[in-house]
Amino acid sequence: MKKINSYDELIKHKKEIEKNKRSELNKIIIKISLATCGIAAGGSHIKDYIIKRLEEENIKEYIIKDVGCMGYCYLEPTIEITLPGYQPVVYGNVDEHKIDEIIEKYLINHEIVDGIIPINYETI
Amino acid sequence: MKHVKMESYFSRLESFIDSLEDKKGSLITVLHKAQDIFGYLPEEVQSFVAKKLGIPRSKVYGVVTFYSFFTMTPKGKYPISVCLGTACYVRGAAKLLDEFKRKLEIDIGQTTKDGLFSLDGLRCVGACSLAPVVIIKDKVYGKVTVDMVEKIISEYKALGVV
Amino acid sequence: MSYQRYCLVCNSSKCGHYSKAIADNIKHYLRENNIKDIKVVMTECFGLCKQGPIVKIMPDNIVYSGVKPMDTKEIVEKHLINGEVVSRLVHENKKSKQLKIVLRNCGFIDPENIDDYIEKDGYFALAKALKMSRMDVINEIKLSGLRGRGGGGFPTGLKWEYAYKQNSDQKYVVCNADEGDPGAFMDRSVLEGDPHSVIEGMLICGYAIGSNKGLVYTRAEYPLAVKRLSKAIKDAREYGFLGNNIMGSGFNFDIEIKYGAGAFVCGEETALIRSMEGERGEPTSKPPYPAESGYWDKPTNVNNVETFANVPVIINKGANWFNKIGTEKSKGTKVFALAGKINNVGLIEVPMGITLREIIFDIGGGIKDGKRFKAVQTGGPSGGCLTEKDLDTPIDYDTLLAKGSMMGSGGMIVMDEDDCMVAVAKFYLEFTVDESCGKCTPCRVGNKRLYELLEKVTSGKATFSDLDKIKNLSNVIKDTALCGLGQTAPNPVLSTITNFWDEYVAHVNEKSCPSGQCKELIRYIIDHNKCVGCTACVRVCPVYAISGKVREPHTIDQDKCIKCGACYNTCKFDAIYKK
Repeated sequence: MKKINSYDELIKHKKEIEKNKRSELNKIIIKISLATCGIAAGGSHIKDYIIKRLEEENIKEYIIKDVGCMGYCYLEPTIEITLPGYQPVVYGNVDEHKIDEIIEKYLINHEIVDGIIPINYETI
Repeated sequence: MKHVKMESYFSRLESFIDSLEDKKGSLITVLHKAQDIFGYLPEEVQSFVAKKLGIPRSKVYGVVTFYSFFTMTPKGKYPISVCLGTACYVRGAAKLLDEFKRKLEIDIGQTTKDGLFSLDGLRCVGACSLAPVVIIKDKVYGKVTVDMVEKIISEYKALGVV
Repeated sequence: MSYQRYCLVCNSSKCGHYSKAIADNIKHYLRENNIKDIKVVMTECFGLCKQGPIVKIMPDNIVYSGVKPMDTKEIVEKHLINGEVVSRLVHENKKSKQLKIVLRNCGFIDPENIDDYIEKDGYFALAKALKMSRMDVINEIKLSGLRGRGGGGFPTGLKWEYAYKQNSDQKYVVCNADEGDPGAFMDRSVLEGDPHSVIEGMLICGYAIGSNKGLVYTRAEYPLAVKRLSKAIKDAREYGFLGNNIMGSGFNFDIEIKYGAGAFVCGEETALIRSMEGERGEPTSKPPYPAESGYWDKPTNVNNVETFANVPVIINKGANWFNKIGTEKSKGTKVFALAGKINNVGLIEVPMGITLREIIFDIGGGIKDGKRFKAVQTGGPSGGCLTEKDLDTPIDYDTLLAKGSMMGSGGMIVMDEDDCMVAVAKFYLEFTVDESCGKCTPCRVGNKRLYELLEKVTSGKATFSDLDKIKNLSNVIKDTALCGLGQTAPNPVLSTITNFWDEYVAHVNEKSCPSGQCKELIRYIIDHNKCVGCTACVRVCPVYAISGKVREPHTIDQDKCIKCGACYNTCKFDAIYKK
């Protein structure tokens, strides 16, 4: 990693990050809430299971991201899925069965399934 | 055999203390390491730390007894911690603790005779949505009910001492 | 089959009673009209429970509230078929109850990836601050109205200014991440979800007050938070945000992590400093304040995690943006850990001035299992209870204090009709007694005696004069204890005795616990009219206290009974009741 020595270099670096992220736009992005509570509720297992299932389905263009608490403690494990060209969708209380359903219906057929968490906040 | 093991523990602790750049104010850091190595902080370990850091034993003892994280009794192979945070409390943690006490026939801070279990109360792990929570070793059990206690204990009993 | 539209039906808490009927009706009308490209999807809570049941049409982005099953025909025929919005049902106020400032990145970015943070304008506030004069940075924070989020609510800008004015060769910036309040996990979530925001806040503080050394004091019980923070510190060093000559400004700063070892009192800043020095975490009397003489007797500025996480946003967006959020004297937002007997346990962030009713009955989805709301506890062991009559009070630092509670660090525990308020007060006091460092007498002895008096109440042995003693002793402790822990320890007692006087009286006069929680005061009794003699209770009783012949009513021997409640939970005929 290169040191950032000035404000201008920071701006340049941010632009580079944004440029690199553009290549992610045609990938499926799956964020998994993995703070202490998410892990306690089985989030890590869900992550492994998702990866296994994606491989089985031969889906290759995806990115899995570990993120912090999404705030829905009562719905852990929680995952957020962004399909290319779609708004992010959050699913709560996911288990293996739900993952199967999400992959089959949403990832492959782009059909939203039961159990999504509506966005109930504003952010800056 | 046991003696050899203890000696290697002490030499590990010694090299950790020697590696510290600044010993000033490092007592708590050293005790964390010592408990990590020995599993608990018996008198001889405290004396050793006092000598190495050049501070009175009474001061080490004072710090060990002040902080709830430090313990002077060895923990069981499967330490059981019942969360006693408020969220767990209002969802019945006290009853759970009673049940563990009754089933294991030990009180808080004690270890069973076979060395398998020790029992502790814990202040909030922050998994409040899973309340009441019990942690055994590193495994978190959520939404535990009194009925589940027996089953959880026997699960670990089956694993045995080794 | 791809769908053109979705009809989202809330299936959570309050809405849940109607959701199936609503969904089934919509499906019915869709079928009747032979529409196949619209799918009905069940969702979790919208956070609008008071206005529920909620139906949302996507991608039209129209929210209908207060929808009844009989409204579905109109929604299908008017909206879904003719594209005409059913205006009488539209939920106009689209503004959400929650506003994420501190949690802006939590759950969105990978906390272990510094580029994710930079992409969200991370470290731009630092860059901006480094181009400002130190006093300008402090003035910006002062103007923003930011107050300490650790509990006390002291104006952050003033604290910084005080540390700035000290002349010293060495100053320290300390981040208090010793989250000891049981039932609170805000700081942990921020450290686990967005550690760079805390680092950036500390850096800006260090620049402003003239310090080159930051310390994060955190709990050893938070291994994941420590891991992610350590990674973030390492990455920040590699990018040159920590270290010497940061971004070419000549400003030097680095951060070190210090571990606590489980002592609630160490959340108090003077005790925290003693603990960082490797001592027993006993508080010292103020003055001198840490800003004059703190860590190793040097000027030290202590703020908590959430306070620091606010700082980059204030610098980036400006004080005048920040101080428009909140109430007159409490600006910005507050993160709460909402837990207890509530449907949607969660980490929430709301603007100051929101009412408890909105938090509990909208965001929180109301009380679990349809029970009655009784009280909400804020401020942990130092705080108090708020009751039904306080539900519509806008909450900020000052209103909570006026109500006998406090903001605290943000734990919010909801209690229902089954919770005994005397037992709750006793629970908190047991905590403080356990955590008292023992240095001053009012706290060490006074709280212990207070606890014993409460024990008398919950075991039915107290008299009326004991209730007077409880009040008097509480006030003496408040006035005389050395530090915040002792001074605030009687708060849960005073607040429950004021708000739930009747409950205390019932324990004393009638020797009964109205919520059936105090073990010594409950008796389990078998209703002979309902008991069928199935012997299920006999089999579960651990102390053989139940006797009776098969198919004949049974009896519990009260002398043997240990009140474990096993029989009560087992009986299938509701024949056992608590008295």
